[in-house]
Amino acid sequence: MPRIALFISQRLVKAVFVILAIAVFNFFLVHAAPGDPAAVMAGEAGAADAKFVEQLRQQFGLDRPLYEQLGTYMSKVVQADLGYSYRQQRPVFDLLMDRLPVTLSLTLTAFVLALLGGVALGTLAAMRAGTWSDTAITVVGLTAYATPIFWIGLMLILLFSVNLGWLPAFGTESIGAGYTGWDAFLDRAKHLVLPVTTLGLFYMAVYTRLTRASILEVRDMDFVKTARAKGLPEWRIVSVHILRNAILPVITVAGFQAGHLIGGSILIETVFALPGIGRLAFEAVLQRDYQVLLGIFLLTSVVVVVFNLLTDLIYSLVDPRIEVAP
Amino acid sequence: MSNRLRHFRQTLTAAALAAALAAPLALTVPGVAAAQERGGTMNIIVQPEPPILVLGLNQQGPTQTVAGKIYQGLLTFGFDLKPQPELAESWEVSPDGKVYTFKLVKNAKWHDGKPFTAHDVVFSTSKLLMETHPRARATFSKCEKIEALDDYTVQFTLKEPFGPFLQAFEVSSAPMMPKHIYEGTDFKANPANATPIGTGPFKFKEWNKGSYIHLVRNDEYWKAGKPYLDDIYFRVIPDAASRAVAVEQGTVQQTQFNDIETFDVPRLKGLPNVEMTTKGYEFFAPLSWIEINTRNKPLDDKRFRQAMMHAIDRKFIRDKIWFGLGRPATGPVNSVTRFFEPNVRKYDFDPKKAEALLEEAGYKKGADGTRAKVRLLVMPYGETWTRLGEYVKQAMKRVGVDVTLETTDAAGWVNRVSNWDYDLSFNFVYQYGDPALGVTRTYVSDNIRKGVMFSNTMGYSNPEVDQLFAQAAQTNKDEERQQLYSAAQKILVEDVPVAWLLEMEFPTFVDKRFKNAVTTAIGVNESYDSVYMVKK
Repeated sequence: MPRIALFISQRLVKAVFVILAIAVFNFFLVHAAPGDPAAVMAGEAGAADAKFVEQLRQQFGLDRPLYEQLGTYMSKVVQADLGYSYRQQRPVFDLLMDRLPVTLSLTLTAFVLALLGGVALGTLAAMRAGTWSDTAITVVGLTAYATPIFWIGLMLILLFSVNLGWLPAFGTESIGAGYTGWDAFLDRAKHLVLPVTTLGLFYMAVYTRLTRASILEVRDMDFVKTARAKGLPEWRIVSVHILRNAILPVITVAGFQAGHLIGGSILIETVFALPGIGRLAFEAVLQRDYQVLLGIFLLTSVVVVVFNLLTDLIYSLVDPRIEVAP
Repeated sequence: MSNRLRHFRQTLTAAALAAALAAPLALTVPGVAAAQERGGTMNIIVQPEPPILVLGLNQQGPTQTVAGKIYQGLLTFGFDLKPQPELAESWEVSPDGKVYTFKLVKNAKWHDGKPFTAHDVVFSTSKLLMETHPRARATFSKCEKIEALDDYTVQFTLKEPFGPFLQAFEVSSAPMMPKHIYEGTDFKANPANATPIGTGPFKFKEWNKGSYIHLVRNDEYWKAGKPYLDDIYFRVIPDAASRAVAVEQGTVQQTQFNDIETFDVPRLKGLPNVEMTTKGYEFFAPLSWIEINTRNKPLDDKRFRQAMMHAIDRKFIRDKIWFGLGRPATGPVNSVTRFFEPNVRKYDFDPKKAEALLEEAGYKKGADGTRAKVRLLVMPYGETWTRLGEYVKQAMKRVGVDVTLETTDAAGWVNRVSNWDYDLSFNFVYQYGDPALGVTRTYVSDNIRKGVMFSNTMGYSNPEVDQLFAQAAQTNKDEERQQLYSAAQKILVEDVPVAWLLEMEFPTFVDKRFKNAVTTAIGVNESYDSVYMVKK
């Protein structure tokens, strides 16, 4: 156990430096784009004079030299202050917290469903490699993977929402319906079906293919033959012997994707009009809302670092041959 | 043209008749609330989502549409751009055109219950808007003094006459802001900005960022019995295809401006549940053009710019890119606004004439058939403009001019155009009902200001035009102004400082159950106090 504690503490110390370096890099990255928030707002207003732009730059602190702005930003970052969006007139932290529930309910649900479904389908396909069910799963997976995600979303809307009228096309709730309790939950769940399916299909395709390929490699190994020779039931061979050995690449990719869940999905959130973090980020780019953008980058980088650490720990749980080394 | 006018006159007559009939009816049979029933919820698209809703601090298009229900101006404007009473019940202009006196309605209240008085008007126009609103700053800096004669009378004294002064009192040009909330504060950092307080028929209830803005009926509204609707939801739907679906499904009951992409318009027009109108944009009367940087070769040559006018088929643009919305533009003033001059040099679509002009200017065809090369920075405001860019490239190729398309996003576009780092671009600006407010700024040389968007970014300079525009603004005699503006328009059309494309029209789709949505020249930005829902 102290071994693990040492490992974790060392990784956390490293992580702090990585995140600070990322923050500095992000700062220069967002400032490298042409134009600034004052220019955007002048463009939106449809009228401007010199004073208008000057006032905005002053308010946003853009009239200060860049190194000074960096200093202000970094001193806030180390105090865990994400700054203030002058455009939206709210602290960035509040903006993120507003959007987080929607994003997580979308991405987490899609992720979990995709992981379970993908591993199950991949296993099924691999164990029946060469049969019609394998072909069907592979073809569906490949199609889901190769089709642009927004197009799938629009087609699902057309089918289930416009033509059949079964499911709402966008939003997170029936606005103005005034549902409470169980009804409100059901209403929200209904609104999530189409976006979760769209996003989940894409993830699922990835896991299906990974699992299938990985199992095909493992299923003919000697220890599997031994297990069969021992007369173990087939389900036990698959779940304990094959899957446990084949799952590592899936965990690697899942860990990587889990780190990005918090970033949301720009396309899904746009097509289904969900007020999530992906859209917030996308709009912040267009509006050059530096503080919001930096806040999202920072949050995402923290989560990615944490999930990388978790992934390493899970490796050693799943496969005891892998040890954590400080 | 004449057809449009006739239609216009018919509508006016009908409106007058309806008004004449409605008034006595309502008085004589109070028990039978025939058509204008209370109740109903309207869902309206708002796109893009406004940053804040305080109209005095932000005048972005979507802000105007939402905040126009919360805040009010002293005046509003009919389709003919004549002023109509809003918070001012009457007004007087002195014969020398320098003193404007407004009598305010006496029973208007802010949403927090405080009375609306002349002091709010003085504070808004002389303090708050002077600080925060570029257009209002330009207008009210022409005032020598602004004073409250009593609680319900305001007087503006101008340094010299200014023709379109009344136009400056439209709600987005001069929204009335509450003095008791803003006086002595840092306007932009005032915590009250999160909960806007106006005098309008709808009150701010809730804003679920990224999703919807909820306004509810103001029960204390100063017009008795109004508004009719219980509440309005402004829904944020960022994807254009999803917006079209929302209209088809009836999830939303209104869209405006650019909400619906032009290629979706013909399809939605055929829907049984909605009606489309292009009225209600007369006050804005946008005009689109190819912005030309006249500092750069070969664009500094007038003949080259004239050739562009002949090379581009504006009718094609209207029919095939804007799907029939708009009218080919003939000059700098939109024909639905005041002081339009039809008798100007005509640029019919004629590639041969264009080539002749290019030859004359010395741009001979090279070995590869190219006369000149220019860059075109495509305006990043939706797919339609991208298609326009592709068309212009083709059309110019036909007369031997090689156009390179450049793309950027909104921030990059403003940055490059306002700093004169472009050859050609697109642009469209609102005209605000009078050339002195919306046209002059584009062409006069004292508005050549680097770093400022929507100024004279082309660098066009003609002392004669400067003189004519200056004179025309300084008088309030319409006949005199018409002469001066006509002269200016003739010169401009000859000089082609920009290549005008379309007098733009926007489609407003309204659910057929909702009536009175578009009743004035500011259309969807109106207060909606007379909008009602027919329940079946």
